[in-house]
This record gives sequence, structure tokens and C-alpha cells, in this order.
Amino acid sequence: MAAASAVLRSEWTKIRTVSSTVWTLASALLVTVAMSAALCALMRSTFDDLSEVERATFDPTFVSFSGMMLGQLAMVVFGVLVVGTEYSSGMIRTSLAAVPQRAAFLFSKIAVAGALALAVGLATSFLSFFLGQALLGEHRTSIGEENVLRAVVGGGLYMGLIAIFSMGVAAMLRSSTLSLGILVPFFFLISQILSAVPKAKEVARYFPDQAGSRIMQVVPDALGSEKAPYGPWGGLGIMLVWVAAALLGGWLVLKRRDA
Amino acid sequence: MIEAIGLTKRYGAKTAVYNLSFQVRPGVVTGFLGPNGSGKSTTMRMILGLDRPTAGSVTIGGHPFPQLPNAPRQVGALLDAKAVHGGRSARNHLLSLAQLAGIPAQRVDEVLGVVGLQEVARQRSKGFSLGMGQRLGIAAALLGDPQVLLFDEPVNGLDPEGILWVRNLMRKLASEGRTVFVSSHLMSEMALTADHLIVIGRGQLLADMPVREFIAANSAGFARVRTPEGEPEQREKLTAALTEAGGQVLSEPDGALRVAGLPLPRISDLAHGADVRLWELSPHQASLEEAYMRLTQGAVDYRSTDDRLAHLQAPPQPGQPGYGQPPQPVIPEVPQQGWYAPPPPGQNPYASPQPSDTPKDAR
Repeated sequence: MAAASAVLRSEWTKIRTVSSTVWTLASALLVTVAMSAALCALMRSTFDDLSEVERATFDPTFVSFSGMMLGQLAMVVFGVLVVGTEYSSGMIRTSLAAVPQRAAFLFSKIAVAGALALAVGLATSFLSFFLGQALLGEHRTSIGEENVLRAVVGGGLYMGLIAIFSMGVAAMLRSSTLSLGILVPFFFLISQILSAVPKAKEVARYFPDQAGSRIMQVVPDALGSEKAPYGPWGGLGIMLVWVAAALLGGWLVLKRRDA
Repeated sequence: MIEAIGLTKRYGAKTAVYNLSFQVRPGVVTGFLGPNGSGKSTTMRMILGLDRPTAGSVTIGGHPFPQLPNAPRQVGALLDAKAVHGGRSARNHLLSLAQLAGIPAQRVDEVLGVVGLQEVARQRSKGFSLGMGQRLGIAAALLGDPQVLLFDEPVNGLDPEGILWVRNLMRKLASEGRTVFVSSHLMSEMALTADHLIVIGRGQLLADMPVREFIAANSAGFARVRTPEGEPEQREKLTAALTEAGGQVLSEPDGALRVAGLPLPRISDLAHGADVRLWELSPHQASLEEAYMRLTQGAVDYRSTDDRLAHLQAPPQPGQPGYGQPPQPVIPEVPQQGWYAPPPPGQNPYASPQPSDTPKDAR
């Protein structure tokens, strides 16, 4: 049995020696921070045009994370590529010939990549928050306010969990292209569209991204959004269930299928 | 030692490997031979625990692969030269594998030197040729200094120098007492590299024997005899004498005779007795490739047929220039192995047909 620390170290070498890691994680950070900053600046200048309800439930913290909708896609790509390239390159056979314990292989990989994604996610959310608040002017909040720190840390957790969820899905589908083809439209289009359709949104609010993003709201039902039947931590719990299901599925597929 | 017992693998309705039992012993190079799609790679993957057998089992040193303690230090494998993340450098690829088994990084540089890749060690493997990929795969297999080595088609894509290197490497590894299992679809390559042969076709065992025995059992010896050119009566006389003495005489396309069943001195004596001069009398072995083809004839999955281009070419119109069938140069059957006398000057069968031989309509 290859020692767990050996597998972790090997996976870390694998991750840090491909350029896609740098590119995807850097764009996750830059896209989120830049777009959040732009939307904060826009909000500040158009604050007076907002409706009564929106002004009453204005959530400066949540606004400073609005770039995450786009930035999370880079996290999806990172998560998918970490697992998917093992399959597309055929490296999986070399890896599994060296680590016959498939669970150790998969979970070491996900642990290393997930930790990295979480770290980048946290950096992203803190940067987004502080830059966003600076741009919001008089509508800003501060990290010391009630629940704000929870939301900022939660934003980092959300980014990391999205990446881990994608890793699980890629392990289930055993293909980068297929996984991206499903996950990107899902997070970018389907989830967003369904959340605006009357009946469908009852279901859509249990999607991993919809549920998980609650943690980033300080004001409940921020900016006039729908009331959700769960709180911020409940939402994150729902997301965790999705992540766990994806990982379990990925592990079962890896365990059962021939490499 | 690798031991397979009743190994069977089915993919849906297709049986890739059926009831395969064999042993691969240490200290010799064991060749694993079979046509494309005969189940060689599937068997290799099952040995490494990558594919689960439908029935039967395979063990390495008595353990199924997944239960081997620190597998990379015991078993090294080259499965697919291209099974490398193209964006990672050769050195980093090997480093990640080395770390798995707790192998120090110096060993990585060592094996890079062994396979001759130190110059390109820091380049992305995306740009590697197939031959360089094979070398990288061999480096990965050697990394843990394992006692059991598996190589799936290691000479694919290598240049002659590389092929020779792989051949010597395999022999050296085996001479150090390791178990070396090499698959190939080239009989000629295996004849030079392996000591023992396991031949499969359509996933079933066809032969499991030492190479020497395989050659003896599968190749018949014969003699090539040539009588002076331009004296057919000499040839007929000799044919009659040899047949009378119990030999089987076949005519070869270049006018020589292929004689089986008579030792060379006897042929010479018979010729002398019949007063026939000989221009050539040489011993030959039917090539191993021929023996292998005969063995696997029924077991070839992908057989090529002649490309007739029936729908691409206008039917030849008699009398029209240009479209007639050009005369086919006669290609003599050349023995695959061994030496035979060059034809007399001016009659080289490999030379292109003389202009005077070309019919009018082809010009």
C-alpha cells in the first residue's frame, strides 16, 4: 500500500506541473474580482434607480461577490481538468498501475486539488469583498459587521466546493469534454434560467450553486430575491450533499469500471 | 513470477481473452506474441489490476496486483507510450511517479539518463515522438528497480538503434534475474529478444514454449539448389534424381529448386552422380515469421483484402494508350532468413524491367 502521504505528494507534483492549473485558478480569481468590482461600481452609481424592495434588502457583501457567477466557471474547468486529463491522456492507467488502491488515488487527488481550490477560493472572496466595498462608497459594509465574515469565508468555501463537485462529476463521466459540456451550461445557463421560471424555481433552489450561494448573503433574501426554505448554513449543507453524492458516484465508477 | 490461471475477459458479447493459463518465469525474457486485437494488451491490463477478469485470476509473486505491498517497487510497466499528460515535462511526469513509491528524485535523473532523455527532460512530453514516448514509458517502468517488468509493444516507433537498445535492455534485465514479459506482434523481433514464447490468437493460448523449441517445431529446413542457367535439361535431370532419392522438389520462381527431405551432402552426391553441375546449394530455414503466420492464421481479426479500386478507375479499354495494365515485374520469392546467392550480373530480379520489355501500349 502506497503511503497516503506519498500519494498526496505525487498528486501535488502532478497538479503544480501543468499549466492549466495556473490558468484556470488565475482566471477564477481575476474574473471574479474584476467582475465583482465592476458591478459594485455600477451599483454605486445606479443605487438610486433601484426599486424600494431592492434598496431595503440591499446587501453590499453579496453584491461584491456577483462576479462569482462567471468566475465559478473557471473553477469548474479546473476541477474537471484535474480529473479528466487523467482519462484523456491515458495517464490513469499509469497512475493506477502505481497506486492499485483506487480510493486512495481518487481521494488524494481530490484532497490536493480541493485544498488548492479552497485556498484560491478564499483569496478570491476576500479580495472581491474588500475591493467591492471600497468601490461601493457610502453603501459599503465592513468585515466586522454581523454575519459578514461568515459570508466572505462562505464565498471561498463555495468556490472550492464547486471545484470539488466538478471533480466528482468528471470522475463519474471519465471525460473532460463531456463533463464540461454538461457542467458549464448547467451552472451558467440552466440553473440561472430555471431559477427565474415560476414552478421550476422551487426545484432549482435545491441545485448546488443556488443553495450554496445563500451563504454569501448577509441580508436574508438579498436584493428582493426569493425566500428560500433554508438558511445560509442549510444551503451550504445542501451543496455539501451534492458534492458528497458526486464524489461517491465518482468513486463507485472508478472502483467498478476497468481503467 | 507472473501466473495466470484460466484468465477470461468478456466485453459484452465479445470475448477478448479466453481461459488463458501461463507462467512467466524470472531470469528469462518471455515474449507475448499475437496479432493485433488478440488480447495481449487486455491480458497486460488484467495483470496490472486495471481490468477485472471476468473469470480466472492472475497473480504476481503469489499476490493479486492490487494487494502487492508497494507495487511500484515490485512491478514496472510500460503499457502505452502516449499515456502521459502532454503538458507535463518528462522529468515531472517521472517525479510524480517516483514520489508515489518513495523513490528519491535522483533516481528520476538516473533513469532519464538510462533511456537517453536527459536532453529533453524538461520539455513538455506533448512534443515527443513515438520513440521518445516509448523511452519515457520504459523509464517509468525502470523507476522503482522492480523485479517484474511488463512492456507492451516497447519497440513500436523506435529507430533501429532504439530497437537494438531495447533488445539488449530486456536481455540485461532478465540476466539480472528479473521477470521480463514483453508483448509484440513481430515474430522476428521476439525471435531475437525472447527466450520463451507465449503465443495467443483471439484471446486463446496457441503456444507456450521456449523460442528454440518453437523454431524447431514450426520451421522446416530446406535446401536451395540452382543448376546452370540456360541448361534446362540439367535441371530436369537433377529433379528426377532428387525425387527418386525421396526428396520433395519444388520449383522456385527464379528457376532454383527448393528441396526438402534430403540432407545437403546427399543432394551434392546425387548431383555429382547425375553429372549435374551446381551453381548454388544452400541450407535454409522457413522463417519464424512464416511459422507464426501459420500458427495464427485462423486467429487474425483484421485481415486486409486487395484494394481493387473498382469504382475509382475507368475500365481499361483495349487499344487505348495509357490505361492498360502495366506489366507486373516478377518478384522472386526470397527466403525471409538466411543467405542466398546473388543472381548473375545482368539478371538482377530487383532491377526494374528493361525498356525493351515494356509493351507498346504502356508507353
